[in-house]
Amino acid sequence: MISETTKARFAREVAKYPADQKQSAVMACLAIVQQELGHVSREAEKEVADYLGMAPIAVHEVTTFYNMYNQHPVGKYKLNVCTNLPCQLRDGAKALHHLEKKLGIAMGETTADGLFTLQQCECLGACADSPVMLVNDRTMCSFMSNEKLDQLVDGLRAAEGQS
Amino acid sequence: LVGQVAVPHATAETVADLAAKEQRRADQAGRAAGVQGFVGYEAYRAAGGYALATALANGSKSDESVLAAMESSGLRGLGGAGFPAGRKWRIVRGYAAPRLMAINIDEGEPGTFKDRHYLERDPHRFLEGMLVAAKVVGIDAVYIYLRDEYHDCRVMLEAELARLRRDPPCALPHIELRRGAGAYICGEESAMIESIEGRRGEPRLRPPYIAEVGLFGRPTLEHNFETLYWVRDIVDKGPDWFAGQGRHGRKGLRSFSVSGRVKDPGVKLAPAGITLRELVAEYCGGMPDGHELYAYLPGGASGGILPASLADLPLDFDTLQPHGCFIGSAAIIVLSQHDRARDAALSMMRFFASESCGQCTPCRVGTDKAAHLMEASQWDNATLEDLSTVMADASICGLGQAAPNPVRCVQKYFPHEIA
Ligand SMILES: NC(=O)C1=CN([C@@H]2O[C@H](COP(=O)(O)OP(=O)(O)OC[C@H]3O[C@@H](n4cnc5c(N)ncnc54)[C@H](O)[C@@H]3O)[C@@H](O)[C@H]2O)C=CC1
Ligand SMILES: Cc1cc2nc3c(=O)[nH]c(=O)nc-3n(C[C@H](O)[C@H](O)[C@H](O)COP(=O)(O)O)c2cc1C
Ligand code: SF4
Ligand code: FES
Repeated sequence: MISETTKARFAREVAKYPADQKQSAVMACLAIVQQELGHVSREAEKEVADYLGMAPIAVHEVTTFYNMYNQHPVGKYKLNVCTNLPCQLRDGAKALHHLEKKLGIAMGETTADGLFTLQQCECLGACADSPVMLVNDRTMCSFMSNEKLDQLVDGLRAAEGQS
Repeated sequence: LVGQVAVPHATAETVADLAAKEQRRADQAGRAAGVQGFVGYEAYRAAGGYALATALANGSKSDESVLAAMESSGLRGLGGAGFPAGRKWRIVRGYAAPRLMAINIDEGEPGTFKDRHYLERDPHRFLEGMLVAAKVVGIDAVYIYLRDEYHDCRVMLEAELARLRRDPPCALPHIELRRGAGAYICGEESAMIESIEGRRGEPRLRPPYIAEVGLFGRPTLEHNFETLYWVRDIVDKGPDWFAGQGRHGRKGLRSFSVSGRVKDPGVKLAPAGITLRELVAEYCGGMPDGHELYAYLPGGASGGILPASLADLPLDFDTLQPHGCFIGSAAIIVLSQHDRARDAALSMMRFFASESCGQCTPCRVGTDKAAHLMEASQWDNATLEDLSTVMADASICGLGQAAPNPVRCVQKYFPHEIA
């Protein structure tokens, strides 16, 4: 269920566009949903559709088009490692392999404790700082040597009280 | 989610620490802790910033003089296609109001990071360029499309826009900051417009150009971030300042995003027309130890691949076309003898296949099929060439049209790798 506070956030997004262009706010609304619920479910899509006066399928078409929307629940920490060519030339693939080993999962999987999801991603626009990764679509981490990756994972585990 | 985590004993600035702090940082709107060391609003104004925008607004400088400066500077669109910026302003201005503006900070071309580099350092230089363009072209509303991966930039830019609105140097157009959601194709201007309108980012057929029918059906001035970033300097320092730079007969400055096998990668502001060899030697500290230049990609994924024997060509718009390449957004990716051009080409083709919006069959099917064919140790060149031809000729947008470039370059310059 989408709360009233969430709807207030939706309203702020709708206000950014001409009155007859409410649909323009759909991506922002989906981002809000994802931030609050961790992923965008079909039910949430339906509520966004109702709010914006769109057909649910039109919202679903948007969710499925863009890489950043999680269509299924993901781990508490989504780790996206860039494996595009410039990063490959500077240890990007090594970082991904190291994380696979460290977390005991393959790319695309989530750890059993639900803490980490590991994914690869396209160029993050930080190719000179490789290896690069994005945590929860928000925090860009650069120069991720194996040592720094260990620190990151151990630090997050510790913060969750299960190291 | 990250922000709700309390960090127990923060070992000095560990990355974990950073991840946990992130949300709180974002919540403290107005305080951009993520991006630091940039020129903020007050500092920018104190150093004479927004004087140009103000002079235009109060009429002490004429729109026409700015337009003339833009035209004679020779500044070309730095999103990669190189359309003359001044000419675009004049075209859009010629269509009926209301006119809108869309600014492209999607920066998805692999290897490109110049827009982020400048945004993180001097955001108001770009915002002033935006205001100048809006005034000269007569724009009512501006939509800035920022890729969502640049989260810290968004927090910073939101805060700086708030400062600008609180204490405006002149009347401001309506300005909105818009987030992308991770789709390379949304950098294509008409796909970006579809995305802003709340749909899948599928490029539109042209004509009409978006200059005539763009966002919400209105005439739209669309620019790459960096094109606007240079406006103030061009007008203040005079068009000859810009046009007077350059090497090997070329004019202007270029921001090269250099990555791959060089000692010191990064954004390098260098004369247009500099050669790859000069760029690496003079700006990038040379090749890393144990690496020799083997090949380079002059324009990210879409610009093709050139061999070391062509490292003395001037790098600029129009200079690489005879060799089957283009400079695009000037994303230079350097390969050494430890790399293979075919691996680079395959990696790029997989990228195109996964980022194709899928609306035209030649591109959707062609990129995927080409990627499979390119996995074979010996390439089926005839079939690949058929695919290349149909992709180049029958695709709606630049993604499908440029997708064959890396394939054809490998066939032409690196036949030993695929025989
Ligand atoms: N910066 C980045 O991250 C990326 C850049 N690119 C670059 O994008 C380029 C292709 O972009 P396109 O927009 O397809 O190129 P284009 O050449 O079709 O258009 C360039 C610009 O000029 C305008 N224009 C062209 N002819 C016009 C006319 N007659 N009237 C009014 N306006 C006109 C277009 O609207 C557009 O704004 C490639 O060169 C590639 O390098 C591609 C991918 C990513
Ligand atoms: C597949 C594709 C992706 C593009 N991505 C970007 C981009 O990320 N940023 C950008 O500024 N231009 C991008 N462009 C080019 C834009 O369509 C457009 O030419 C440019 O933004 C115009 O601005 P300019 O004249 O200031 O260069 C892309 C083009 C294509 C075909
Ligand atoms: S060429 Fe490819 S990316 Fe471009 S519109 Fe067609 S299918 Fe979409
Ligand atoms: S290729 Fe990884 S950030 Fe650009």
